[in-house]
Amino acid sequence: MKILVCMKQVPQKDAPLKLNESSAWIREDVSYEVNEPDAYALEEALRQKEKHSGEVVVITAGPARSRQVLREALAKGADRAIHLEDPGFVGLDAVNTARAFAAAIKDEKFDLIFTGLQSDDYGYAQTGVILAELLGWPHATIIMQIEKSDSGIRVKRELEAGYFQFVDMPLPAVLTIQSGINKLRYATLIGIKQAKNKPQRKVPLAEVQPALGSNMQKIERLYIPQKTKNTEFLEGSPGEVAKKLAEKLRNEVRVL
Amino acid sequence: MPDTILVVVEQREGKLNRVSWETLTAGQAIAAETGWTLEAAVVGGSVATLASEVATKKVAKVHAVESPRLEPYTPDAFVAALKQFLSSKKAKLVLMPHTYQVRDFVPKLATAMDRTVISDCIGYKKEGDKLVFTRQMFQGKLAADVSFACDVPWFVTFQSGAFRGDKVEAAAAVAPVETVKVEIAENVVRNKPHEVFKEAKQAVDLTQAEIIVSVGRGIKEQKNIELAKQLAEALGGELAASRPICDSGWLPMDRQIGSSGQTVAPKLYLALGISGAIQHIVGMKGARTIIAINKDAEAPIFEIADYAVVGNLFDIVPPLIEEVKKAKVGS
Repeated sequence: MKILVCMKQVPQKDAPLKLNESSAWIREDVSYEVNEPDAYALEEALRQKEKHSGEVVVITAGPARSRQVLREALAKGADRAIHLEDPGFVGLDAVNTARAFAAAIKDEKFDLIFTGLQSDDYGYAQTGVILAELLGWPHATIIMQIEKSDSGIRVKRELEAGYFQFVDMPLPAVLTIQSGINKLRYATLIGIKQAKNKPQRKVPLAEVQPALGSNMQKIERLYIPQKTKNTEFLEGSPGEVAKKLAEKLRNEVRVL
Repeated sequence: MPDTILVVVEQREGKLNRVSWETLTAGQAIAAETGWTLEAAVVGGSVATLASEVATKKVAKVHAVESPRLEPYTPDAFVAALKQFLSSKKAKLVLMPHTYQVRDFVPKLATAMDRTVISDCIGYKKEGDKLVFTRQMFQGKLAADVSFACDVPWFVTFQSGAFRGDKVEAAAAVAPVETVKVEIAENVVRNKPHEVFKEAKQAVDLTQAEIIVSVGRGIKEQKNIELAKQLAEALGGELAASRPICDSGWLPMDRQIGSSGQTVAPKLYLALGISGAIQHIVGMKGARTIIAINKDAEAPIFEIADYAVVGNLFDIVPPLIEEVKKAKVGS
């Protein structure tokens, strides 16, 4: 099986975010990490390769900093990497991101493409499904299990409220992977060493530009959400805070 | 002719998903503000009964979009059906709930029509002639107002809980229902879905709990769960968790709160070390009182908390357990 994993670099979960001057994006001087569901997508691809042999290729779009995501993936066992490298990729909407990926892999032949089910920054939950449509491939979303079958694959979709469903589908296909589908591995020292010699292809924006259109949606402004609740902050030493909380539980919440 | 807003309600196996009423409420609000006409559509194998149910609400018309190939649900069939329907039904705005099913097909539908979806919105604003849609970004730490920069139809999905389903306006007179038969060729549908099932019998029904103590990543290690358990026991409540805790196997999946777990509305929800990712918030924002303890002052959970403590839960929870025990003895 030849599997492509689409990965994204996002601000770290507890990174304090500040708006930039235009108030249409964040200041980029924060710490970044791999988008969590994408890490599970990579892990699943590596496991499929270990079972069925083949190749795992990772792809990301973003400025130079995002190469770190590819480096980590190669250290964990991915075979090669494709980097759509340009700060301009950050501002693309989901359709254009998918178009850029489709253009970058037009000469490749994958059996499967994995993405995380959504990103922790935009949270569109769209790029994988759009990519499937652009390629003309079937897709399935929020996947918790993948088994090879005679005619293709059988996947387990997570539905809402604790429900699941198995779906049989032909290959090639796009799957969006849910966090928790597997247990993540760590990169080994040998893996980190080997990663340095693995092939990495750089794709400049100009190479995929002909495939892109103008964004079909526009962020007018980004802002700190207005609070809808009147939150009361309780302060003091741990002992004092505990006393105040107990007092609220007794007199306001009335559960004591 | 005025422009049309089309709400595509969600049904599964002959039942309307309750979140459909929320989207209909959103559609009614936008229609009232813009003067556009509101219509609804139900998509499925045989949906006349459901369409009549929707027709009792304040809408101009309900379309029952039918084909035997729409049952069971597949993204291929739904996209084929809606693309066909929307080629004759000219809508300006197409609204749907941001459910797992809609997430599965609406990006494909919009792409097939060379359009885009503004997904998972929590509200809208009319600014002059412009409609902007508000969505959460960076896991709820920031919000963005997003507008369309393309031709209609504009696709928008709304987050569960963004509008009040119980506020949907009833019709003065029942709306007409129009059946639309769509043709879907056999080879269009590539996925073969099996029956929907539940993994295991849910051992814990958290929806009935009055008090819930819930733990997130801030609990750091499995052995620390015990601390939260002691607090839950002292309060006489249930223990629950956010998704990463259940993914790690520290608590069973049936104690998970959020979009993929249970949705709860207890009297008290005490969040320990939970940052408040959107997928978690949608499962608990209906709680009467929310208390959050988190060391990150910018955690989104504080946006919806009634009482907030910025601090280390390992310092605060032990004396809190003692205070609760003392109060229980005294009462």
